[in-house]
Amino acid sequence: MTGAVEAGVLGGALPLIPFVAALVGFLLPRASRRAAGLLGTAGAAAALAIAVVLAIRVDGLVEASQVWARLGALPVTATVRLDPAAAYVAVAVGVVALAVQLYSIAYLRGDDRYGPYAAQVSLFTAAMLLVVVAGDLIMLLVGWEVMGICSYLLIGHDRSLPEAPAAAVKAFLVTRVGDVGFLLAIAILGVRAGSFRFADVLAPGVLDATTVTVVCLLLLAGVAGKSAQFPLHTWLPDAMAGPTPISALIHAATMVAAGIYVVARLYPLFLASATAMAVLAVVAAVTMLLGALAATAQDDIKRVLAWSTVSQIAYMAGALSIGASAAALFHLLTHAAFKALLFLAAGSVIHAVGTNLMSRMGGLRRSMPVTFWSMTIGLGALIGVPPLAGFWSKEEILHAASGAAGWPAALVYNAGLATVFITAAYATRLWLRTFFGTARSSAAEHGHEPGPVMGVPVLVLAGLSAVVGFAGLSSAFARALGGEDPFTVGADALVPLAWAALGIVAVWLIWRRSPAEDPQWVLGPLRPLFANAFYLDNVQDALVVRPTVALARAVRRGDESGVDGLVEGTGRATVGLGAAVAALHRASLPRAASAVLGGAVILGALAAVAVAGGWL
Amino acid sequence: MIHPVLPYVIAALLFGLGVYGVLVRRNAVLVLMAVELMLNAVNIVLVTADATVRAAVPQTGAVFALFVIVLAAAEVGVGLAIVLQLYRLRQSVQVDEVSLADDAVVSADAGSRGADEVEGQLVR
Amino acid sequence: MTTADVLIVALGAVAVAAGAAVVTTRHVVRAGLWLVVSLGAVAGLYLTLAAELVAWVQVLIYVGAVVVLLLFAVMLTRAPIGASEDLDRVRWPGAVIGAGAGLGLAALLAYAYGWSTVELTEQSGAEAVGSAIFTAWVLPFEVLSVLLLAALVGAIVVSRPDIGRRP
Repeated sequence: MTGAVEAGVLGGALPLIPFVAALVGFLLPRASRRAAGLLGTAGAAAALAIAVVLAIRVDGLVEASQVWARLGALPVTATVRLDPAAAYVAVAVGVVALAVQLYSIAYLRGDDRYGPYAAQVSLFTAAMLLVVVAGDLIMLLVGWEVMGICSYLLIGHDRSLPEAPAAAVKAFLVTRVGDVGFLLAIAILGVRAGSFRFADVLAPGVLDATTVTVVCLLLLAGVAGKSAQFPLHTWLPDAMAGPTPISALIHAATMVAAGIYVVARLYPLFLASATAMAVLAVVAAVTMLLGALAATAQDDIKRVLAWSTVSQIAYMAGALSIGASAAALFHLLTHAAFKALLFLAAGSVIHAVGTNLMSRMGGLRRSMPVTFWSMTIGLGALIGVPPLAGFWSKEEILHAASGAAGWPAALVYNAGLATVFITAAYATRLWLRTFFGTARSSAAEHGHEPGPVMGVPVLVLAGLSAVVGFAGLSSAFARALGGEDPFTVGADALVPLAWAALGIVAVWLIWRRSPAEDPQWVLGPLRPLFANAFYLDNVQDALVVRPTVALARAVRRGDESGVDGLVEGTGRATVGLGAAVAALHRASLPRAASAVLGGAVILGALAAVAVAGGWL
Repeated sequence: MIHPVLPYVIAALLFGLGVYGVLVRRNAVLVLMAVELMLNAVNIVLVTADATVRAAVPQTGAVFALFVIVLAAAEVGVGLAIVLQLYRLRQSVQVDEVSLADDAVVSADAGSRGADEVEGQLVR
Repeated sequence: MTTADVLIVALGAVAVAAGAAVVTTRHVVRAGLWLVVSLGAVAGLYLTLAAELVAWVQVLIYVGAVVVLLLFAVMLTRAPIGASEDLDRVRWPGAVIGAGAGLGLAALLAYAYGWSTVELTEQSGAEAVGSAIFTAWVLPFEVLSVLLLAALVGAIVVSRPDIGRRP
């Protein structure tokens, strides 16, 4: 049992060490790639080591707190709140961060901005770990926002890509929309509870029912933005413009899972509001299906994986909405492993073939066997093939959904089953298109395995994806995540398995008919609809982007002609007045003489009248 | 023995005529002639004042009248020099055509050449 | 009405009539000549008022120099020799102001002096005026000489554009 002091020190060091690595990394000169790589990797490794120590030593809830500021009457504390779940999530973050740092050394070999990149990844790691250990809402907010900034910087890393800056801005702005709700929720919580500490906010009886519902709904807005759930999901597929290791770290394993994690941390609040849970269930069900359907019609391999992420996060959200937070956290951990694996392996493929598009790949099974098997394990985990990791966690979620009462649970269960089928379909499609058949471009014919610096992280993650699921069988693990029983599987596991098998077989048969064609032709007229994700991007553009831009233009016009006009108008009026008076002065000579003499006569007459009248 | 009101009224009428001439005449030389009328009116008043006002210094009025005559001569000299220069530049001495705006810049060389022609013709 | 009064009225009438002719005639040269008549009448007026020095200086300088200068200018600016129609601007503002000034002053002076009389003495004779100039008014006299010099130089500078030009 760790004491509060030890928890405080270790928990505080966890985000602090990568942060220091990031600061030093920003100050390094551009040319010192070695130093930057070493620093990044060392930072991630140190964070992983501390996380492992914490995972071993923490076995209950422990908090260490310190007041460091006051917002009026409200104290802001630096609080570290650790429980085994937080420690496991920290380990997952550490593993993926370390894998990505190592992988990036080789992936970005030709990039001359590698130094700032590595420092930004360290900064991101620090922010994510801050979110993991934070026990105070303001600390959480700081980590949350820094993650957003790092995401923006890293998506826009490759300046030569024309779509990268736009994608970075889109990611930032869409998540900002959600963050408004998040910030409001934190403000309301802080004011109503009188403090920002989790312990104070989650204490029973502090908040009344309406406040809880309002707060939960606002928090869900932030969660939807950060975790790319409907309707704020539009940024994630476009964020694939960033480098592939970043997609693995931020947009698969860690940042998008942060929303789920926050809900799990504040779970007592959510349990108290049935409305928020129902809303979450609906959002989860819609997003699950939306993501999976969109993934079936993409040509870019990274976009398939991005939509897959949207769909899998929705699984976690669905689990949370029916009260199974342990299952959600379990799936978060397994998803971190296999999604990072999928992205890094896809990165190896892209690195070898030189393009993201599956229509230019094919037949890579023979030239890249290690990558092929790693990806197979990853896709198997995604579909939920036993005994890989994804099977256990997905089963647990569906088991909880089938066992719980109420329409949200039924909704989540049915949507989950349908999604299992579609997930199997698109995963099989990706597998077949990339690795089987004949090579469809000259680059695909000359595919090669990447070097060990890229290969080893992939292999480690493949091993983890295969094995991590078994941890669920241990009751200590289950209790640590907050569940009661170990994650066993019963007979009801056969239903999802059947659906998955159906999906795999169906796509395989379609592919067999004409191996050179993309199996998505079977979608027929629905294909463009799925490929454009139900045109939700366009809806967002019309409803939000265009009015905002129009408003911005109107405000600018008002400022330029109104406010500036007022100031400049004053100047111009004065100048004009001066010119008018000057023109008066430039009267012709006779007119001036008339004015002078006429004025003298009038004044004389007035004087005479005044004297005669006795006034002077 | 005189009634001083008579020269005074005469002076006043002459002054009024001079004002009329300054305001109405377009030729600069005619304006200067009207100015001379006004100066003369003032001189009449000064000289008459010698008799009607008991001044500390007895002949002040006449002395000032002499000074006014000298000043008038000087003024006419300089004024006519200006009028002639204006004529060289503009070929006309109409006072209501004198523009006081900034864009009235004319080369003086052209003007002096024109004046030499005039003088040459007059000599011939 | 004494004899002096009658002379004053007569000479004044001539002066005023000639002055009216100066400002209304349509011949430029005739305006100059009418000015001679008017100035001569005023000189006579000075004689009647027992200011001989002023009268003779008037004839010498005004009639002899100033009017000649004006006539020179008339010729050098090629003023039209015969009658010309466009010598005048709009008349009524000038008429109003001129009438206002002249008649206003006349009324004022008539009101001030009424029909009072005053004695003419020899106080404005040549000897008296001369001694006054060279005792009480010598400083202004000298300053006037300087002013005449300045006017002389100025007239030359104004009329010769090559003087004073910077290279």
